[in-house]
Amino acid sequence: MDAVVLSRIQFGLTSSFHYIYPPLSIGLGLMLVFFEGMYMKTKDPLYKQIAKFWIKIFGLTFALGVATGLVQLFGFGTNWARYSRFVGDVFGSALGAEGVFAFFLEAGFIGIMLFGWEKVTPRIHYLSTILVALGSHFSAVWIVVANSWMQTPAGYKIVGEGKEAKAIVTDFWQMVFNPSSMDRLTHVILGCWLSGIFLVLSVSAYYMLKKRHLAFSKACIKAGLIAASVVLVLQLISADSTARGVSVNQPIKLAALEGIYETVPYTPISVVGWVDTKTETVTGLKIPALLSFLVNRNFETPVRGLNEFPKDEWPNVPVVYQTYHLMIAMWGAMVGSVLLGLYFWRRKKLDSAKWTLRALVASVLFPAIANQVGWFTAEMGRQPWVVYKLLRTKDGVSPMIQGSQVFSSITMLVCIYTLLFTLFIYLLNYKIKHGPEENDSDSDQKTQYRNPYEGK
Amino acid sequence: MDEFFLEHLWYFVIGFCAVSYVVLDGFDLGVGMLNIFNKKDEERRLFLNAIGPVWDGNEVWLVVFGGALFAGFPGAYATILSSFYNLVMLFVAALIFRAVAIEFRSKHPSKSWRSTWDYVFAVASLGIAFGAGLILGNLIQGIPLNGDGDFTGASSLFFTPYPILIGFLVVALFLMHGCIYLVMKTEGELHDRLRVWSRRSMLLFFFVYFVATSATLIYMPFMAEKIREFPWIGLLGLFAFAFFFSIPKLFSKGRDGTAFIFSCLGIGSLFGLFGIGTYPVLVRSTVDPETNNLTIMNVASSFLTLKVLLIIVIIGIPMVLGYGFYIYRVFKGKVKIGPSSY
Repeated sequence: MDAVVLSRIQFGLTSSFHYIYPPLSIGLGLMLVFFEGMYMKTKDPLYKQIAKFWIKIFGLTFALGVATGLVQLFGFGTNWARYSRFVGDVFGSALGAEGVFAFFLEAGFIGIMLFGWEKVTPRIHYLSTILVALGSHFSAVWIVVANSWMQTPAGYKIVGEGKEAKAIVTDFWQMVFNPSSMDRLTHVILGCWLSGIFLVLSVSAYYMLKKRHLAFSKACIKAGLIAASVVLVLQLISADSTARGVSVNQPIKLAALEGIYETVPYTPISVVGWVDTKTETVTGLKIPALLSFLVNRNFETPVRGLNEFPKDEWPNVPVVYQTYHLMIAMWGAMVGSVLLGLYFWRRKKLDSAKWTLRALVASVLFPAIANQVGWFTAEMGRQPWVVYKLLRTKDGVSPMIQGSQVFSSITMLVCIYTLLFTLFIYLLNYKIKHGPEENDSDSDQKTQYRNPYEGK
Repeated sequence: MDEFFLEHLWYFVIGFCAVSYVVLDGFDLGVGMLNIFNKKDEERRLFLNAIGPVWDGNEVWLVVFGGALFAGFPGAYATILSSFYNLVMLFVAALIFRAVAIEFRSKHPSKSWRSTWDYVFAVASLGIAFGAGLILGNLIQGIPLNGDGDFTGASSLFFTPYPILIGFLVVALFLMHGCIYLVMKTEGELHDRLRVWSRRSMLLFFFVYFVATSATLIYMPFMAEKIREFPWIGLLGLFAFAFFFSIPKLFSKGRDGTAFIFSCLGIGSLFGLFGIGTYPVLVRSTVDPETNNLTIMNVASSFLTLKVLLIIVIIGIPMVLGYGFYIYRVFKGKVKIGPSSY
């Protein structure tokens, strides 16, 4: 296999693996600000116990996020040297801002957040938690802005020709607020929040199922269910806006995601299906005219099909079709588990609703899968371009690296990442089994052996 | 403000990031290598917790250094990383293992678990230090580049005597720096032992430093060109010596904190010499150096990007330094093992 294909595999692999952790950190960051804020407000030791527990989990996801993030930073230069030279001027300022504004904030104050309980006042500790959460959000901002520029370049000019060609920024703010950046940023951040929220839900549901740490799990599930309901609705609005942006800025991508080969009026939307590339058809469940309505706000106007575009600019339709629909299905799964949870919660029977609790335990996977396949959709949907309409992926690779070199590094990285993931799961499991520190909270001990819904 | 000024300012900014990384993560790596020489778990935990709250922030300087290079001199970033492909991959692996070793060691009380991670920590730290030195040495010596700035040699080329020597130099430097840091952070019997260790590591460093300097002057004469032109630059070398040589005296006066600061300043002076010696070349080409060298002028980003970066730095760096100092103050003083320690 040649260096281009292998480099793509490597970048996809390292990105996917990296992207297990930052969404958890960002989402947990949000929940930590809430939980520790509740502690500051109510002084209820239960909330301190909750904050302390999730901060430990945060420490774990953060460490792995940094370690795997380094590979990402170097990955542009090692395998995509020509791409790096092409986008350096644009990407550079975003990366610079990310480093200075985001990473230092996060990496600096996480020391106080993790180790500073006894060293600083509660107020300063809370401030550190807020700053860490802010830092993790900032780091998403700049990288998504840079990636959005690759989807919808703006505020630049091309200088030089052939191998020498590169993009030069002409208007910084146009580059930052390129047509897709705000939609995509919102979509990504909400996706991250869901990751963190569902981790909280999943672990708490597990405790409730095992009848352990009931005060802890009750408080966490309540916060989690409410947060999840709000964010899932917001995500729906963001998804609509993002998809309509794609229909304007990258019509080929939308056509590929929905598997629309021919432009037809009353364009249907696919729910599930199978793409046949030979006959160029999609078989499966479709809702007539809905895509036309979602994109154009009327049922008749067609959505442009792939037949309107040159075939050498098509992405891999069957793959992006499936990843895109899987992402949406995962949203549905999240909505389903939250609705079930809310239903039993309202009826005060959640602790005996075994199957709902089990669904909630499993629900941690839904946003994780959605985030992964969502990025696959975004990145593979942009192919064959690495920078949309400006630079083809095959022209972005480092010219001198050998397939064998990339093969070795993939092998090495796969081994390391397998080890890392095993350790991550092992330690996560260890921490969860160990549970929150009981001696920190009086309220928990009191409520431990009685039904949390009784009394009061 | 013109392009020339911004390019040079950015060269300085990148240099500043590199020095910050070396000064800060340098002692983490030193501590990592020294850690296995401890026999007791208690002592190993003290070592680990001496860097515990800060190592992550220190490593960020490397990220920022990489980001700044990408931002300001994308051509150099692309060439360096793609040329040293295999080395960079191993370097990254070592960085990952170091992070993992620190995080995972304390999660389990078993002895074999802990000592395995301690060895991983030490080997990874050694690998990072040596790898950084090896790449640095190759950048001084030069690598074959074609007119597009692409590497035309094989990876085996990187293991020649001079870069290996620079690799050892960096290892010795970090060992010494780590010792000096630990002297400041420990007390009692361990503190006394570390003072002995730091004296030994200083001897080692001075020996390697002497050999490396001689080799540079003999085999890399261009590194001294600017000193011949502007002899006052040579003062930096003298400063470095003065800083390092006064450390034992400071120890005997019990001024451990000042000793550490002197070690930092010494490293800074050494890097200053390197930056001036190689200026204005970022990547030296052994093939047609006149046209194929990557210099700060021919690989710099556009004027506008450099200006934006400057604004980011002007706003950001004072903040970073401000809370950096604050965090070090919070965790100042001798390490104690507490409930939230590693």
